[in-house]
Order: sequence, then structure tokens, then C-alpha cells
Amino acid sequence: MVANVIEVQGLTRRFGELTAVDGVTFEVREGETFGFLGPNGAGKTTTINMLTTVLRPNAGTATVAGRDIAKDPIGVRRSIGLVPQEYTADEDLTGMDNMLLTAALYAVPKAEARKRAAELLELVHLADAAGRNVETYSGGMRRRLELACGLINRPKVLFLDEPTLGLDVQTRAAVWEYIRLLKDQYRMTLFMTTHYLEEADQQCDRVAIIDHGKIVAIDSPAALKASLGGDIIDIQVGGGPNERLLAAVKGIPSVRDVRPLDGGYRLKVVNGEETAPQVLDAVRGLDLRVTKVSIAKPTLDEVYLERTGRALREEEGSRDEAFRRRVTMRRARP
Amino acid sequence: MMSGLRALTGREIKKWYKQPFVLFMTIVQPIIWLGLFGKAFNLSALAGDNPVAREMFLAQFGVSDYFSYMAVGMFSFVVLFATMFSGMSIVFDRRLGFLSKVLSTPASRGSVVLSKVLIAVFRSLVQAGIVLAAATALGLQFGAVFHPAYLLGVFAALFLMSMGMSSLFVAIAIRSTRMETHMAVANLLNLPLLFGSNALFPIDSMPGWLQAFARVNPVTYATDAARELLLTPRGAVIWGNVANDFLFLGAFAAVFATIGIVLSWRYLSK
Repeated sequence: MVANVIEVQGLTRRFGELTAVDGVTFEVREGETFGFLGPNGAGKTTTINMLTTVLRPNAGTATVAGRDIAKDPIGVRRSIGLVPQEYTADEDLTGMDNMLLTAALYAVPKAEARKRAAELLELVHLADAAGRNVETYSGGMRRRLELACGLINRPKVLFLDEPTLGLDVQTRAAVWEYIRLLKDQYRMTLFMTTHYLEEADQQCDRVAIIDHGKIVAIDSPAALKASLGGDIIDIQVGGGPNERLLAAVKGIPSVRDVRPLDGGYRLKVVNGEETAPQVLDAVRGLDLRVTKVSIAKPTLDEVYLERTGRALREEEGSRDEAFRRRVTMRRARP
Repeated sequence: MMSGLRALTGREIKKWYKQPFVLFMTIVQPIIWLGLFGKAFNLSALAGDNPVAREMFLAQFGVSDYFSYMAVGMFSFVVLFATMFSGMSIVFDRRLGFLSKVLSTPASRGSVVLSKVLIAVFRSLVQAGIVLAAATALGLQFGAVFHPAYLLGVFAALFLMSMGMSSLFVAIAIRSTRMETHMAVANLLNLPLLFGSNALFPIDSMPGWLQAFARVNPVTYATDAARELLLTPRGAVIWGNVANDFLFLGAFAAVFATIGIVLSWRYLSK
């Protein structure tokens, strides 16, 4: 039985009228990579801010590394590391200065801080750039520096808020290599948020899908995909909703389920490639015109659409949040 | 607590001296103010050689040359403006996420606020020192009984004023998510504080309502203490006046530093 490193019960946070996080309950097991998946404004960062004791919850409780976030915030802060969405390193200081500054905030003794900083900068391949001002770093280098800073206090749990936001595909892959390397080296638990579905799929042991502050699904990516029960066919048909069509399509043996979605129909089928022609024949048999058809293998995209009723796309966050995202994206560019 | 405070204050000092241009401006700016205002508003020249007019000027200003009068007022002026601008770095720390990151570490909330206040005080006193040096070079006439040890008193008065002002501006800045908001508030406060004081002109000649404001304005008290000690306008230091100034400034610093730090602390612990 693996112990839980994070236990969350009914955590809630309101900002005025808006309930950003609405009674979420989940646990994270020791050593796993746990992901929060959802669009901007779904409550991911608010949840991280509460678990890292930056923000107080309005209701609910949570323990991180065995310590209560409300009763022992200092204890929590000592045992966690945070790599925020933004590039927080001070641009006017060198990489090493930034490491030592972070170390001092954790009250790591000077000599020990130098040792750890050198070791971490070595691990993320920034040893040569350590004496340069951060403003000369590329996006990937900055992200690696943020990672190294987040580990200076040897945390049990590392929180990563959108760790690859704004990076190009190659750099993203490289950053993930570093994250995995550090996770193995220091035997940490990772709690991450992302709105990249592939990233959640590849990196996380378990994923919680969060929508409008609520967790709508939580499981391993494989189990979530399997829950869809097969391939998916989406069709768009000329004309409005049609009862006859529903009946006709349901009659096909390999179709398990059909329902209207996004102005068309979504079918769950056993074998997409073989079933699609049968579906088209059935629709044409009713003298209806198919305007669009697509077959999809189950992905987290499909799971997301299934659970929330819409595709995962960029949504407007608050103005302040939007500003920070823009700054992060701009700085990520080399 | 101490480790975090030292590190955060050290960060600000490093940022300051690692930007030679900013440092250069910090030094040049007060000298320009002094040269422009001090020499342009040569009020004592209006009296010319007329002995009656000179007598009137002396009665009003307590000294016979306006440059010395306003150079001392300039100390409070640079302190006022230095504290206002120092608040602004918090707005950036907040918007760029640095603040959230610091708040996720065990460093105390108090050290976050206090480091900003301390660096503002430090910067403003350095600027005041530059003004003093520049004013001396440009012809500040020290009082007849001036003693170099009085300089300690001058800087102590400026320290108290700066402490209260910085705490006030930090408490305002920590709530601002936009630079413009903070600028607007700071500008609204700064000019009335400057002109509604004895920094540039004696308050006895002001209308009653402005005098009432000037008499609760800390700029008045810091300037008065500095003038008393440096220029000794009445031929000797009137220690009762100086003590009075320090009493007011001490209370101002204690009250505003407490309010500012407590408010910021509570705001950061939401």
C-alpha cells in the first residue's frame, strides 16, 4: 500500500461571485506524477496556490506531505517546491544568484546552498551559464533554471504549473527529460497542471480533468481512454436533429452508443474503420446528406469532450492572468 | 526570518548597483533638481540691494539666501520621490509571479514587506546624501554654529520620514496590479505633500487651510529639523524645536510603519 502524499477534501475557493475551485477531493500517491488537466480559468492554478499555501481556501482541508495547509503552512512550505507558470527568476541577476536567493528564502545555510546550487545547475546543464545574467537565457534555459530553483530545498513534492507553456515542441521534450531525471534523482512526487492533452497522456500516472472548478474525471490516462469503450465516429448531417437517423444508426450491431453533440452526432463504435462505411450507408438510406465524418481513436481529447461536453480550447482567464501568460510566452522565445 | 530578509534586501541592492544607468540617474537626478530649482528660483535676488527688502526676506525665510533654504527642503523632496518609486518594484514582482514564488517559501511575509521598506529607506538616504554633497559644492551656507555631528541628526530625521513614507507606499503598491494605478495614487499624494510643506516656502505666508495641512505634514517636520541643524537660522540650535520635530517624526514613522506592514502582511496572507 503506497502512502498518500497529498490528500484533499472538498477544497473550495471563491473570488467574489466566481467559485474558482468548487469542492475538489482527490489524493496523490507517493512517487507518482499527478496531473491536473483543464483549460485556462478552470481552477488549476488556484488549486496549486492553495496547496502551496499562497492562497487560503474558503472551505475544505488538505494535507501535503502529512502537514495541514491551514494549520501548518510553514511545514508545508518547507517540504514542497514550486515551479510557477511564470518565469520568476530575476533577470537582472545571474543564474547562481537566483539559486542562492531561493536557498536563502528556505534558510538553507550558505555553504550547503552553494553545494546544492552547483549540483543542480550541473544536472540541468546550466553550470557554464551560471555566472551570466538571466536576461541572456533562452526559454528552455529559463525553464531549467526554474526547475533547479524549485529543488533547492530538496522537496518531497514538486508542484509544476504549466511547466512547458510557450515552449516549442523540441524544447518541451527536452524539459520533460530534465523533469524525469530530477524526479528519479531526488525521488519526488510531482503535481502538475497542463492544458496540453498529449503531455498529460505521456507524463502522468494519473490525471484529474477539471472543468469550471470541479473534477469531472480522475484516473490513469489509459483507464480514462478505455472508459470511452472503443473508437469514436463524429458525423455532421444536413438538416436538424433527426429521430429516424438515431434509430437507423443504433441498429448497426457494432455501434454501441449514439448521441447528438456539437450540432452533429457522436457514435461510440467497436471498430471505427469498418463501421464508418456502414453508418454512411445507413444515413444515405434515409435520403440524408453527410457533410462531414471523422474517426478517432480514443485520446484524452475525446475523454475531455466526453466529460465536459466541449473541446479543450483556450479560454479567457482574468486580465491579470492573461498578462502573465503573455509575458511567459514572450520570454519563452529565444 | 533574518535569512529571508537579508536575501531579499540583498537582491534589491544587487539589482540597483548592477544597473549602472539607474544608479547614474539616481545620482544625477537630485543634482539636476537642485541646480534647476535652487538656482532658478532665486527669490533672494528679488530683494536686490534694497536693505528693507533684504530684511523682509530674512524675516520670512530665516536665512538670507534662498538657495540654502531650498537646498535643505530638497532633502525631503528626494526622500519623498525615492520612496514613491521604490513601491513600484512590488507591482512588477507581483505581475511577474516572483511574489507568489516567494510566498510559497517558508520566508516570512513580514520579510517580504520589510525588505521593500528597507531598500526604499536606504535608497532615499543615499540620494539625500548626494543632494547634501551637491548643495555644499553649489554654495550651501551652513549656519554659524553648525557642527558636523549635527548631520547625524539630519539623517535621523530623514530616516524617520522615509520609514513612514516607504511603508505607506509599499502598502499601496502591494495592492496594485497595474503600474498606472500606483503611479496615479503616488502622484496624487506627492505634489500636495511637497508644496503643502515648508520645503520650498515658509508656511507662515500660506493661507490658513494650507497651514493647517502643512502642520500635520511630515515633510514639514523633517525639513524643519534639517534646517534648524544645518542653517541655525536663529543663530543657535533651538533644541526644543528639534525635539518637537523628532517627536512628530518618530510617531509618524512608528504609526505608518506599523499600519503599512500589518496591512501588507494581512494582504499577503489572504
